[in-house]
Amino acid sequence: MDTLIQQLINGLTIGSFYALVALGYSMVYGVMKLINFAHGDLFTLGSYIGYTVLVVGASWVTATFGIWGGMAIALVAAMIGIGVAGLVMERIAYRPVYKAGRLPLVVSALGMSFVISQGIMAIWGPNPQAYLSGWTPKDFLQFGNIRVPVLQIAILVLALGLMALIYWLVERTTFGAAIRAAAQDRDTATLMGINFNLIIFFVFALGPALGGMAGVMQGLKYTRISFNMGWLYGLKAFTATILGGIGNIPGAMIGGLLLGVMEALFEGYVSGAWKDVFIFLILILVLIWRPTGLFGEKTAEKV
Amino acid sequence: MAAVLQVETLFVSYGAVEALKGISLELDEGDIVAVLGSNGAGKTTLLKSISRLLVPRSGSIRLRGADINKFAPYQLIQQGIAHVPEGRKVFATLTVEENLRMGVFGVRTMAPGKEYKKTREWIFRLFPRLLERRKQLAGTLSGGEQQMLAIGRGLISKPSLMLLDEPSLGLAPVIAQEIFRVIRQIHQEEKVSILLVEQNARKALGLARYGYILETGKIAIQGEACDLRNDERVKAAYLGGAKVNISACGSMS
Ligand SMILES: Nc1ncnc2c1ncn2[C@@H]1O[C@H](COP(=O)(O)OP(=O)(O)O)[C@@H](O)[C@H]1O
Ligand SMILES: [Mg+2]
Repeated sequence: MDTLIQQLINGLTIGSFYALVALGYSMVYGVMKLINFAHGDLFTLGSYIGYTVLVVGASWVTATFGIWGGMAIALVAAMIGIGVAGLVMERIAYRPVYKAGRLPLVVSALGMSFVISQGIMAIWGPNPQAYLSGWTPKDFLQFGNIRVPVLQIAILVLALGLMALIYWLVERTTFGAAIRAAAQDRDTATLMGINFNLIIFFVFALGPALGGMAGVMQGLKYTRISFNMGWLYGLKAFTATILGGIGNIPGAMIGGLLLGVMEALFEGYVSGAWKDVFIFLILILVLIWRPTGLFGEKTAEKV
Repeated sequence: MAAVLQVETLFVSYGAVEALKGISLELDEGDIVAVLGSNGAGKTTLLKSISRLLVPRSGSIRLRGADINKFAPYQLIQQGIAHVPEGRKVFATLTVEENLRMGVFGVRTMAPGKEYKKTREWIFRLFPRLLERRKQLAGTLSGGEQQMLAIGRGLISKPSLMLLDEPSLGLAPVIAQEIFRVIRQIHQEEKVSILLVEQNARKALGLARYGYILETGKIAIQGEACDLRNDERVKAAYLGGAKVNISACGSMS
């Protein structure tokens, strides 16, 4: 029983990272019909930005603003930094080839992924780096036999809060309706006065910004980061996107949380070494039996 | 009367395919003009060029005298143009209300206040079915209801010029009748200038004051609607050769 609850909490935590990254895939795909293969590397870049802020923080950020203030600054720095990186990427890697068709876009995305991960290696070195424990709170909350780090609870609450905010923005506001309208039919949206470039700007800033924050959260939770971790995280988050139905915002969130929980349960009860294989088995099964994902039906149009 | 829309020797092509080969037409303030023609004649291409969804190869389009290229495509709605596209193109996964809300997205003065609510009430009076279905996803509406929504979504910005692309396409005759009745009403009561594209020549010529007939990208015939109704060529090719009640021309001012 205790293992179950422990693994559920762990699963929700890692699942919330997958969900935040999956949101970026899904938003960009929904509007641009483009799979941003470099998205996982933006996640990594975010975690390195957070790391850098906290390295400096060892001397003054954490000293001045405290442990929580330091972490907040690291998160905001990654959010802004990766939001800008997303916009720059759209400008230099995608916009010049939109008209060239799908394949050039995919090649450009893969190239971008390579450039970012190699760039991180060039700047921060090929060896993994660590978020030092002195930068993060070490308190625990005790529930019966279960000890949960305060940090993990804070991360989970923040991630779920961000998801709730995105859900509200996309599904409940007029601007969100405009995003969904533009994703469905660019020309008709333009007739309504929706500026498509503004929508592109929005998804390429917000999607990556969420991924960048998830990168910092991953560093805070698991401490170890490496220049090439975006590949595996990106692939898992992409699995979550497909699981929830690509282009579907609530689907990306639920897909991410579900995948995280399944992974944690598999790890706790079956095998830790095989959990990544398990995830990709899920990807393959979903692609075979339900390529539209769990919530894919909702987008089906009546013909 | 001042022209609200002037199209001059417009050429538009899709790659090597020339879709419009020198079209000129005019629409006066408060007037209603029909553009007729069979499938592939270039009617949709004409409307999309006016809305700047397509870039013409040459020619000019003027909106109240001003070159239309002055405005970005998404800014045209602020100039009072509402384009109801062919095939309705409602946003299927948005609700009826959200679709209507999109209709004023680009109109800053129509932020959801009193004015917006009043206009929406008026649209619900024109199309009571939309009121019943306001919370439903647009994709679940019938074809006729989707057309009502598409027109309502165009009307909600209180346009001064409406471009209607085959509003009766694929609708049951009763529903088409209702759509035409509303078009007449918004033209007469709201003084909206209307450019009506149709394949249903009989209905369109019953509604319009003037008509242009497009054949493979060129204007083949043009004239007062009642003259067109009595024109032998038009009767043979577009009115199914059937007897049309000959109305005396000049009587409908
Ligand atoms: N996207 C397109 N690409 C290539 N040719 C097109 C495209 N759209 C329309 N056409 C061609 O342009 C001509 C006019 O089409 P259109 O304006 O849709 O006619 P209508 O609305 O009168 O049926 C047709 O020959 C059609 O095949
Ligand atoms: Mg057409």
